[in-house]
Amino acid sequence: MKKTDICTIENSKIVLNQQTLFESQAGNFSDFAKEAYKTLEINYPKFHKMDHLSKLAFLASEMILKSNEHSKTALVFANKSSSLDTDFKYQESINSEEHYFPSPAVFVYTLPNICVGEISIRHKLQTENAFFVLDEFDEEFLNSYAAQILQSGKAEKVLCGWVELYQESYKAFVYLLTL
Amino acid sequence: MEDLKLELKNKIIEVLNLEDIAVEEIKDTDPLFGGGLGLDSIDALELIVLLDKDYGIKLADPKKGKEIFQSIEVMAKYIEENRTK
Repeated sequence: MKKTDICTIENSKIVLNQQTLFESQAGNFSDFAKEAYKTLEINYPKFHKMDHLSKLAFLASEMILKSNEHSKTALVFANKSSSLDTDFKYQESINSEEHYFPSPAVFVYTLPNICVGEISIRHKLQTENAFFVLDEFDEEFLNSYAAQILQSGKAEKVLCGWVELYQESYKAFVYLLTL
Repeated sequence: MEDLKLELKNKIIEVLNLEDIAVEEIKDTDPLFGGGLGLDSIDALELIVLLDKDYGIKLADPKKGKEIFQSIEVMAKYIEENRTK
C-alpha cells in the first residue's frame, strides 16, 4: 500500500505533507479551530455546530480531501479518549435536578464515530467508515483494516486517522492510503 | 416586543452556533426553517429547550414547534403570551 498525503494537527498548527498550512497563537482549541476555519476559507457553516473531536477530524480530513474527488474513499479512524470530552459536556447539562436541560445538539456528538459521519456528509462519501477506540495509535492495525477494504474493492482509497482529543490536549495524524 | 425579538435573535445565534450570521441578517418575518439559516431538526429541539430554560415554557407536544418557530415574529408573540419566567 502507498501512503500519500499526511496531515497532522497539534499545538495550534496544521501541517500537510510537511508544509505548515496554518499556525495560530490561540490559547485553546476552540479559538484555534475557529481561526483555522476562517483563514483556510473552509465555508461550511455546519462546522460551528460540531463538537471539538469532530472539528479536529474534519479539519485534518479537509486538508487532504478538498483537492480531489473522493467519492470512493473509505474512512478508518481511531482514538484513545472516544467522545469523552463531549460526554462530560453533555453530563454538565443534566447534572442538576433543578436546572435539568439536556442539550440535543451536544448529545448527538456523544459517540466518537460521529466525526467520520461528519466527514462523509461533507464529501458525500457513501463508503465504509469505522472508528476504533484503542489504548494508543496502532498504525499496523489501521493499515491492516484499510488493506482489507481496498483489496475487497469496496473503496479506491482509505483515509486513516488517529484523532485524539480531551479538553485542551489534542492531536490528529491523518493519512491517505491506496493500493 | 422589539426587545424580545432582538433578544431572541442573539440567543438563536449563540445557542445554535450560527457563527457566520449577524443579528441584522435575521429578519423578523423570515422563515427560521427552510430559509437561509440552514437550521435542522436538532436545532428545532434546541429551541424547544431554550423555551423551557429561558422562558419557562414547556411544550407538551414537540410537533407544536413547527407552528411556534415559523419566524422570530411568531416565536416572540408566543413567548410573550405564555412565558412564566
